Formats: sequence, C-alpha cells, structure tokens
Amino acid sequence: MGAELSMGLEVRIEMRLPDYDLRVSFQAGDAPLSILGPSAAGKTMTLRAIAGLERPSCGRIVLNGRVLFDSELRIDVPARRRRVAMLFQHYALFPHMTVAANIDFGLRALLPPERASRLERIISQTHLDGLQNRYPRELSGGEQQRVALARALVTEPEALLLDEPLSALDTHLRAQIEYELLQTFQAYRGATLLVTHNIAEAYRLGENLLVLSKGRIAAFGPKKEVFAHPASLEVARLTGCKNFSRARAIGPHEIEALDWGCRLRTVQVLPTVAAGGELRAGIRAHHISFMEAEATPAPSGAAAMPPENIFPAWLVRSSEAPFGVTLYLRLHAPSAGSPEYHLQAEVSQSDWRRMQDRPQPWQVSLPADSVFVMGE
Amino acid sequence: MDAISHHLSPLWISLATGVTATSITMIAGIAAAAWRQRRTGPLSPIIDAIFLLPLVLPPTVVGFALLLLFGRNGPLGKFLLGLGATVVFSWPATVIAAAVVSFPLMYLTSRAALDQVDPHFLQAARTLGATEWRIFRRVALPLAWPGVLAGTILSFARAMGEFGATLMLAGNIPGRTETIPIAIYFAVEADDLRAAVRWSAIEMGISFVLLAALYYWTRAAGRGVARWARS
Repeated sequence: MGAELSMGLEVRIEMRLPDYDLRVSFQAGDAPLSILGPSAAGKTMTLRAIAGLERPSCGRIVLNGRVLFDSELRIDVPARRRRVAMLFQHYALFPHMTVAANIDFGLRALLPPERASRLERIISQTHLDGLQNRYPRELSGGEQQRVALARALVTEPEALLLDEPLSALDTHLRAQIEYELLQTFQAYRGATLLVTHNIAEAYRLGENLLVLSKGRIAAFGPKKEVFAHPASLEVARLTGCKNFSRARAIGPHEIEALDWGCRLRTVQVLPTVAAGGELRAGIRAHHISFMEAEATPAPSGAAAMPPENIFPAWLVRSSEAPFGVTLYLRLHAPSAGSPEYHLQAEVSQSDWRRMQDRPQPWQVSLPADSVFVMGE
Repeated sequence: MDAISHHLSPLWISLATGVTATSITMIAGIAAAAWRQRRTGPLSPIIDAIFLLPLVLPPTVVGFALLLLFGRNGPLGKFLLGLGATVVFSWPATVIAAAVVSFPLMYLTSRAALDQVDPHFLQAARTLGATEWRIFRRVALPLAWPGVLAGTILSFARAMGEFGATLMLAGNIPGRTETIPIAIYFAVEADDLRAAVRWSAIEMGISFVLLAALYYWTRAAGRGVARWARS
C-alpha cells in the first residue's frame, strides 16, 4: 500500500461473509469509481462498510484524512458521524414523510434559515419544484430517485455511495436518469462510488473501474485500461467478453490461437508467462468485423497468417435481439450441422439485413488492436 | 355513596383501570420491544420467556406472585410501606394486575410491528446523521404505528376483562376495586342475575366495539402499508 492520501477515500477492509471472506483495498477521489461484479461478489457489503452500516473484521477506512474505521486503533465512527451519504437500491425514502420532510431529515443540526435555503436550493437543483408536499408513493421511479439523491446531497457529504442506482427504474427512464446522475457526479466534490452489475452502466458512469469477484479485487484502474487489457480471464468475462481461446506465443506481436485454429497479430505486447504457463487470447463480440463480399479470401498455404487477421467463417446460428443480432461463427470450415462455434459477433440489425443473404463463407476480421492476450 | 354512582361504579373503575393500565403497558411494552429488538444475547430467550409468562400463566398464579411481591413481607411491598403506601387491596392494585396481565400482548404486537419495518429506512436515517433515539421516534415508531395501535387496543380489552389477578391482589371492595368482571362474579354468587346480565352485556359491548375498531383500523392501515410497499 502506498502512502496515505490526505484527500479522497482510502479503503482496506476484511470481512467474513457467509460464503467467503471479503478482502478489498482501494482508493477513490473525485473521479467516480464504478464497482462492477456479479451478484454476491461483496459490492454492496463494501459500500455498507464504508457507510458504517457493517463492521469489517479488520482494516482501515480513511476519508479526507479522517479515520472512520481502524481495527488496530479501535476506531469505529458511527454511521451518523461519518459524513458518508448512501443511495440505497430502492431509495429507502421515508414513506410517511413528504418530499420536503425527507430531504430536510438530514438537516436537523442546522439553524432554520440555513436549513430552509439549503432545502430550496437542492429542490431546484434536482428539479423537484412543486413536488415538496407529495409523498414518495405519489412519485414516479425517476422522481423518487431524484428525491433520494437530493436527500443524500443536501447534507453535503464527503463521500457519495450509490448501490445499483438504476436497477429499480423502468428501462425507458434509465437513459435520462443516467444522464442526470452523470451531471450530478460532475458537480459533486467528493469521493463517488457506484455499485452495479451492469457492464455498460459501470463503464458510462465511472471514470475508474473496480472489478470484484468473490470478495476479491480482480481488476482496478481507469475504465478504458481495464476494458482494453483485462488482467485475467475472469476480468475479461466480468467485463463482458465472450470469445476466448487458448494461445501460444510465436513472436512479440504474434500468437497462435489454439482453439480458433489460427494465427493472430496483436498490437499488445504479449505478457510473459512462466514456463509451461498458457496464454489466453480474447476478443469482444462487438470488435469482430465483417469484410465486404468483394474482399478476396486469403490464399491458403503459403500465407498462413493473413495480414489483417482475416479468416473465412460460416454461420452456425444467429440470435436476434430488438436492435442487434448475435452471430455464432465457425472458422475455416462449414459447421456441418454441429452446434459448436468459435466466435460470437455482434452486428446491428441493418448490417444483419445486408449480410444475411451473402454467400458463405464470410470474411471475418479480428483487428489486431482489439485482440488482447492474458496470462493463464 | 349515592345510588346512581354505586350502580355504575364498576364501569368507571374498569375504565379508569383500563386506561391507566394500558398507558403503562403501552410505554413499557414499546420500550421493551425496542430494547429487545436491538440487543440479543445468550439471555434473550429467558428474557422473552419472562415477558410472555403472564400470557400463559393462570391469572390466579400471576395474582398470587404479585401478592407475594407487593405484600407486607414482599420486597416491593416493604419498600412501598417505607414510603407510607400500601398497594394490596387498593385501586392501584387493579391497575398493577391489569398492566402485568396485558403487557405480553403489547410487547408481542409492538415487537412484531417494529420487526416489520424495513431496516433500510433505519439505515438511511443513520447515514443522514440521526441519533438512534430520533430514528426510533421519527422513523421506526411511525412506520410501526398500525401494529402498535393494534397492540394497544388488544391490551386495553385484556385489561378491561382482567379478573383472576385483580381479585387476588385487589380483592372486591365496592366503589374502590370492584371492576366489571368482579362485579359479575359476585352478582352471580349473590344470585343477582339481573346485575350479572347487565354487567356482562356492558363488558361484551365494550369488547365488541374495541375489536371492531381494531379490525377496521388495521385494515385501513394495511391498505396504507400496501401502498407504501408498492411505491
């Protein structure tokens, strides 16, 4: 662990959970941090420990230089004095209080004039004018979320924790609320942590990304970095990658993908593996592209590796979603009735309409800058 | 004592006893429920058993235990005697008997109602800087209120109907400790069937109104809770 930051949030905790031990260590500043992981990975537990709603078995939590928890020093600041706000998954708005009373709940320590002006300011900031006297049950999901956010922010917390902030919303509201959240994050000065199991949400809302799996940090860093170069197979999977192949290094920028039966160029420098250790190659379904029909197939024999990682592929099956189509492809030879496939590719409905009647094989490209290679 | 007040005195005594005992029970029951909800330890089952004992024991046993406790030689009796007060065979004895017997109902229903409150509300309040007392007063209790009210009505009905423990501890002193159930018992003993029927009808009427009110109230509150749950 590096030197303690004077600003920001520093977390190093261990906790016994029913199925495994949670052991995480990370830092977060103003840049929003997305915590991504499958359900029961320990994401919510981590937030609750920071908020003071759960007590870690050991570790240390420091916020802007203030020790909130330290098992060795026997410090455990109660939740009410932590100045850490939490947005719960289902908002936990007090059902027997109006919008105004809900927001005002955390302002008791202030003098009435200051209290009234803060209330007024946050209500106009969060576009809740006119709803002050409504009860939570009379609000739409999006409005409830805004009230919960207003109630959390009005106390001017030093850290803002959001537990699955969009999961309780109908799909048609999510894009709008997500945009509002992004704006809130930009305006908010303080550590922002966001828990989600949705890969796209984690990517869009966070600057940095922490991937959690079974209580351990599988990856932690700037989101682009984590997505482009997953540190392990697990991280690649958790960040949504569907295509993997065992691989063998041939040169510094060249591998043989054993499961795909082809050689691939990479932009990435191959990781060094221990003797006998295996490499894994991966490519995301969206990064696989299809050459126009006129493209000449790579001559077989002499050039075993086509210049742009282009290979003939046959369609095994397809699966249509409203706006995109998943194609299951087999390389090098027709599937001959077998359901086994090498790659999953995602194309848009319009691309699918254009290409579906083209004669097979299609020429698929696995761009060298999209292929990533991991140890083990 | 004039004729009219003598005629009606068991009703007033019962009502006064019921209201006073229920007030005590309500505060003690809610406090005990809140305390037990927060703290669980190895002794929890024993404490719960003690709290619920008056519900399952014959009221005569409860009355006898109270008699030993508040009698001249009992620990509390001696203490009160030192202050110049005697409890046994006085009006406060009817209150004590009714309160002890109705306490388990209040405790059980408030405990269940408090347990029903979604802990996320309490946790949200905690992160908003509220003290535990404020959370209890502003969040937990209002949300548990329908259940707490139901417990209060049940306790009141139980306190109004208390007989065995009251007779043991307070005796039958007309105009002072003679509640409706005791008046009924001694009217039957004295072959005064008209009085027995009259008091029985009054007791039934009161209990019926209370239970009907309870039913309507919890149904209305239940609808409110369902609305909250949906929102």
